[in-house]
Amino acid sequence: MKTENQKAWFFVLPVLLLVAFNALIPILTVVNYSVQETFGNNVFFWQGLDWFEQILRSDRFHAALGRQFLFTFLILIIEVPLGIIVALSMPRKGFWVPVCLVLMALPMLIPWNVVGSMWNIFALPKIGMLGYFMNDVLGINYDMTQQPFSAWVTIIVMDVWHWTSLVVLLSYAGLVSIPDAYYQAAKIDGASPWKVFWYIQLPKMKTVLTIAILLRFMDSFNIYTEPFVLTGGGPGNSTTLLSIDLVKIALGQFDLGPAAAMSLIYFAITLLVSWLFYTLMTKDDPK
Amino acid sequence: MRKRSLIPIFYIIFLMLPIYWLVTMSFKTTGEILSGFSLFPQTFTLDSYRTIFTDPTWYWGYINSIIYVSLNTVISIAVALPAAYAFSRYRFLGDKQLFFWLLTNRMAPAAVFALPFFQLYSSVGLFDTHLAVALAHCLFNIPLAVWILEGFMRGIPKELDETAYVDGYSFPRFFTTIFIPNIKAGVGVAAFFCFMFSWVEMLLAKTLTAVEAKPIAATMTRTASSAGYELGLLAAAGTLTIIPGAIVIYFVRNYIAKGFAMGRV
Repeated sequence: MKTENQKAWFFVLPVLLLVAFNALIPILTVVNYSVQETFGNNVFFWQGLDWFEQILRSDRFHAALGRQFLFTFLILIIEVPLGIIVALSMPRKGFWVPVCLVLMALPMLIPWNVVGSMWNIFALPKIGMLGYFMNDVLGINYDMTQQPFSAWVTIIVMDVWHWTSLVVLLSYAGLVSIPDAYYQAAKIDGASPWKVFWYIQLPKMKTVLTIAILLRFMDSFNIYTEPFVLTGGGPGNSTTLLSIDLVKIALGQFDLGPAAAMSLIYFAITLLVSWLFYTLMTKDDPK
Repeated sequence: MRKRSLIPIFYIIFLMLPIYWLVTMSFKTTGEILSGFSLFPQTFTLDSYRTIFTDPTWYWGYINSIIYVSLNTVISIAVALPAAYAFSRYRFLGDKQLFFWLLTNRMAPAAVFALPFFQLYSSVGLFDTHLAVALAHCLFNIPLAVWILEGFMRGIPKELDETAYVDGYSFPRFFTTIFIPNIKAGVGVAAFFCFMFSWVEMLLAKTLTAVEAKPIAATMTRTASSAGYELGLLAAAGTLTIIPGAIVIYFVRNYIAKGFAMGRV
């Protein structure tokens, strides 16, 4: 058991100071902007909660938020089952295991802007492999710079390519930790593969799956660089997710007040949904 | 059994296709890339790589990135080790709240922090230094390192600490000569994650630098926009960004499955 020791604070102090420097000062800056209006020259006027009200009522914010939730929802329902399936069908030991794992982890180690430009070129009609395959081999009219649907398919496939391996690796770690005795017992009982999955494998993967789902939620909800480089939020606004819209308002239009208010609302939504996920997934855990 | 192993094979082929495409493109001339689709380079050329390795604006992009990533990894692990130890061994006032607050920083959209970070690091005179990027990346890497290390440390029984004290070890000596070697795998995995997330993050890295510490991403963006479509060069630069990650992952290949579970299986 853990012992009570207030001196442990000294151990966490460096972490606290570093993270506070990086987190608290910028957040306070954002809060400061969110309640003021400026016309440049560092002259600020008190604005109260007007920006928050304006953002919460604006159609533009609702549209971006809707797209963001759609994107994250699609990502989770594709990547989580796919990741589990790949993990289940992987060999448990042997020479191929580390080879598979390293190859699978490779997409995650590519800088995000490179991922974006890579897929951008990959999807170009005529020139790119994907664009060529879709248009000239399958005969599907595919052009992500013109059709919102193609753009959506491309960003979803790109994210599946980029991050499904995280779910695979986490699930796989859960699976290899199951002792052989469990499987032998299931065999003696004559359990079907589905029952083995439902009563043995899934419960054993629960902790790591919780981590996987939380990480995938947070990262897909906050995604910026890859879709920005891939589609720039277009065609039109069809792939303008929350972060892209936020940067457009903050740095494109330099509307610092509304952008700051939007940041805080955005952050609050991420926190709230993460907390909900976490509580739902751990509510049966014995304390 | 045999049918089952087809799933990982197809999955890996799907993962490798875009990477294969990028690598072959880096060996093609821009003319050939623009002229249409081909699976292999018709005229094999190393020109793109030659440009990158001879032009300082290109290769300094890589060096800058490697400097701030390494710096960030060292800082993150150094401060996360004692903190993770405290969280795994002791109860103290506000420990759970503090741990949760640390993790919330992992949830903050980087886009939210871009502008305030620019102002903060400009005001303390660190703008356009490697240290600025390394410190900024601590925002999400320290919480992650603490989280991973805490998971690994929990697996070490407390008896180890107690035996060491009975044997007359001082805390610093115990921590560095006995405890850390026992969680080597955890340290390796945490360092890998810090390296990985600092290496792939480019929004803050680009925001916090101008000339002196400019990351490779900024050089690539400039090429993409100013030189029109120098696709071969872009592909070669992209290919080279995969290499550091591939090298680092080779070192942790045996811990990778457990590592991604952050010690929690």
